[in-house]
Amino acid sequence: MLLRHTPKEITERKALTINPAKTCQPIGAMYAALGIHGCLPHSHGSQGCCAYHRSALTRHYKEPVSASTSSFTEGASVFGGSANMMQAINNIFTVYGPEVIAVHTTCLSETIGDDLPQIKKKALAEGKIPKGKYVISASTPSYAGSHVTGFSNMVTAMAGMAEPTGKKNGKVNIIPGWVEPSDMEEIKRLTNMVGVKTILFPDTSGVLNGPLSGEYKMFPEGGTTVAELKSTGDSIGTLALGEWCSADAARYLDKEHKVPCQVLDMPFGLQATDRFIDALRMVAGVNVPDEIALERGQLVDMISDMHQYFYKKKVALVGDPDQLIAMTEFLVSIDMCPVHIVTGTPGKKFEKRIKEITKDMGGKVNVKAKGDMFLLHQWIKNEPVDLIIGNTYCKYIARDEDLPFVRWGFPILDRQGHQYFPTVGYKGGLRLLEKILGVLMDRQDRDASESKFELVF
Amino acid sequence: MATATKKKMVQWDPADVKAELLKKYPPKVARKRAKQIMINEALENTTPEITANVRTTPGIITMRGCTYAGCKGVIMGPTRDIVNLVHGPIGCSFYAWLTRRNQTDPGPDGENYINYCFSTDMQEQDIIFGGEKKLTAAIQEAYDLFHPKSIAVFATCPVGLIGDDIHTVAARMKEKFGDCNVYAFSCEGYKGVSQSAGHHIANNQVFRHIVGENDEVKPGKFKINLLGEYNIGGDGFEIDRIFKKCGITCISTFSGNATYDQFASAHTADLNAVMCHRSINYVADMLETKYGIPWIKVNFIGAESTAKSLRKIAEYFGDKKLIATVEKVIAEEMPEVEAIAAEVRTRTAGKTAMMFVGASRAHHYQGLFNEMGMKTIAAGYEFAHRDDYEGRQVIPDLKLDADSRNIEELEVEADATRFKPRKTIKEIEALEKAGYKFKHYAGIIPDMDKGTLIIDDLNQYEAEKLVEIMKPDIFCAGIKEKFSIQKTGVPMKQLHSYDSGGPYAGFKGAINFYQEIDRLVGSKVWSYMKAPWQKDLQLSASYNWE
Ligand code: SF4
Ligand code: SF4
Repeated sequence: MLLRHTPKEITERKALTINPAKTCQPIGAMYAALGIHGCLPHSHGSQGCCAYHRSALTRHYKEPVSASTSSFTEGASVFGGSANMMQAINNIFTVYGPEVIAVHTTCLSETIGDDLPQIKKKALAEGKIPKGKYVISASTPSYAGSHVTGFSNMVTAMAGMAEPTGKKNGKVNIIPGWVEPSDMEEIKRLTNMVGVKTILFPDTSGVLNGPLSGEYKMFPEGGTTVAELKSTGDSIGTLALGEWCSADAARYLDKEHKVPCQVLDMPFGLQATDRFIDALRMVAGVNVPDEIALERGQLVDMISDMHQYFYKKKVALVGDPDQLIAMTEFLVSIDMCPVHIVTGTPGKKFEKRIKEITKDMGGKVNVKAKGDMFLLHQWIKNEPVDLIIGNTYCKYIARDEDLPFVRWGFPILDRQGHQYFPTVGYKGGLRLLEKILGVLMDRQDRDASESKFELVF
Repeated sequence: MATATKKKMVQWDPADVKAELLKKYPPKVARKRAKQIMINEALENTTPEITANVRTTPGIITMRGCTYAGCKGVIMGPTRDIVNLVHGPIGCSFYAWLTRRNQTDPGPDGENYINYCFSTDMQEQDIIFGGEKKLTAAIQEAYDLFHPKSIAVFATCPVGLIGDDIHTVAARMKEKFGDCNVYAFSCEGYKGVSQSAGHHIANNQVFRHIVGENDEVKPGKFKINLLGEYNIGGDGFEIDRIFKKCGITCISTFSGNATYDQFASAHTADLNAVMCHRSINYVADMLETKYGIPWIKVNFIGAESTAKSLRKIAEYFGDKKLIATVEKVIAEEMPEVEAIAAEVRTRTAGKTAMMFVGASRAHHYQGLFNEMGMKTIAAGYEFAHRDDYEGRQVIPDLKLDADSRNIEELEVEADATRFKPRKTIKEIEALEKAGYKFKHYAGIIPDMDKGTLIIDDLNQYEAEKLVEIMKPDIFCAGIKEKFSIQKTGVPMKQLHSYDSGGPYAGFKGAINFYQEIDRLVGSKVWSYMKAPWQKDLQLSASYNWE
């Protein structure tokens, strides 16, 4: 047993987190910043945080992740990190020459109380920021929220680059939230098909799923350009996908630049994708082409073909709020029963949403925001499930409890494909079902007696 | 084969390479880096001075991590029956959760917390009002849930700033429990300039709070401790296998697959064998001063070094039977190793390698590459000190700067009851006269050829340049460096966590390594980087079905 010390009996914990279902804000800010073309993320703090965030993202994407740090030592921790930051800005523009430096704070610089906008002002005044180059910043203290909050804060900082000209650009801003590069690509494919011009930000496709070609580009081709970010203030509207990841940036553009916004769920599964496509059609005033209806029909077809394998199967889920909300809805829509749902990200709203989605499912649903995977495991011990869906750390639970396991979320450290094959949209829905069916049927094949072993499913 | 057709760079001049590395830096950075980039002159008796263990320049993309990573991640992470509780916001603990590939065997008692991640997940109100209460409660909850022998508490950056007194909290809980040793590490990431400071903080506390707690005499005739071996990819398991075969008893490993009791009994061993000099040499010194256990430097990376280290251990004990067993084991193990090395060498001989890792590995792995006929053309450490480059003779001259002054040096004296010299002065002298070296480490420099480059705290920009100019056949560093190097078509091997492989220590490990490097440098994938139409740009073609 890998997690042999996890007891079945659940005792209340007030202070101890075990096997977290979240990580800290800056990694989200770093991931978001990588979705700006020509951007170097910068971690304002001691160098360990930056090393950890880069390593975690690299292990998930199997791609280079460049980011710099203010490398605080004790002195900076006592007297403030402004001098380190000034030096860093100068070195970064001289040595690496990015278009944008996207600075985020860490627990250390937040506790000290470093004021990034102030430091930026000073850098500008001293001519440390070359003409035509940008420094943006987000405050990302990890003692509040989670990696999701950090992502959202950096996306809001990106929206802060909007410079409306007063002339509408005819485009729709789409804020995809923390999804895979492949998902961002898929969202672009769908919006193209619908015939809507968009500005997608951030956009990590072409950044974190690059080719091997014999050449290393520190700043790859992909990413939302500075020109596009500036233009977001001229867009006809914004679709924010995910309340936790994307709403703040959308509301900022609405409030500051009167770009009307709609906050939708992330388009995972049938219904959330339906709502996304429908909203897209409405803001842009276009008709949805038949190709999209075809893709949708294929997903519905697979649900009907395989319904008997989904029906009443119990599922345990762990992940981030926006993803879990859409996934729970999808599972319920195909008559699966998500019975244990945990996110590490705080927010009572999450629990409420999940309860709403599952209210007609029948039976008790365990849901917790600011929970951890230790609790999830205990729930599973008390009420076993047929499937677990979550990040790689689930494999310890899956093996101990002998559960079919679908990897989905962040981080995925031990399997491939998430960079290349989307799970958003109708096609993504097909892929999710393929994965779920794959593990369920493998299990059936493994466990069937010889007489019950079947050729055709 | 891809690599065979790759054009080798016209012989580069190391001085030009160095100039090229420095060219783009602002003057201040260039001046500093110049002292950390050394062209090896391969002098007979003196080594030129290199600057090491100094701060990384802000904004320069470094390979380094922090003090907490060195303390919790490296030293305490591999222990299995201690609940390692991180006091801080969630991230620090999350990232150190199972990512270093330390393997573990829960043993007969079955206690194993390696797969768990514990954190106090500090929130805003804890930062504002202090986190001691939450820490106290978390320790209590961990105790109630698991009843472990021991709970270790690690401070991350904010904790030091808000002034939580983690040591007092730990001491109070230890007293309260009575059957659980609780202690804390002030390993905030900003203390010191790299992981190295964290190793020191960790080892100091292990020495202070655990070593010497168990006086029980364990069975075994030739008892040693293995210091600075972290069981990554199962290295420690392979070394244990060899020890067992030789009849050598390893009382305690610092700290691969280690248990609380191993640390507690470390003072009952008769010899300390030091693998990674950087992370632990001071513990060896302290064990000698306090308990009278001498130490030697060993190296179980590479078949030759493994054989040499085993002989060195046997020679120390001076027991004829042990010496004979060690020879027998070497004779048994070597033929397979040599056969595979010889076969692999037909493909790897003459190829070149670069290594920029932690501390000892950039040195130790050169032996393995030598066995494959591969030459190391540039190497350096991420967080070593001057003595790891130039040899221990420089230790008295090391200047204490503001950052190293931060790190506590324990004052140790001979233990009133348990100090027991393992050898008489005469015996030591006799051994030394015969060429035996105690407390000796000559560093990486003497083992590298003239004209090679030795670079401290290499950064991403320099790595890219080095690879571009010198075109090595393989580059070794860590996960953050891996894919930027491989994008250029140069295979990259992680030597911190080994990617997915291992063990690479000992005899079986050497074989694994030869085969792994053979796979990497010979992989066909490097020939697929260009599509046919990218290789041949000719537009007009004849259609052979016309
Ligand atoms: S100190 Fe804060 S920002 Fe840094 S790794 Fe820890 S939780 Fe994350
Ligand atoms: S907060 Fe400090 S201790 Fe934690 S990872 Fe960052 S530098 Fe290291």
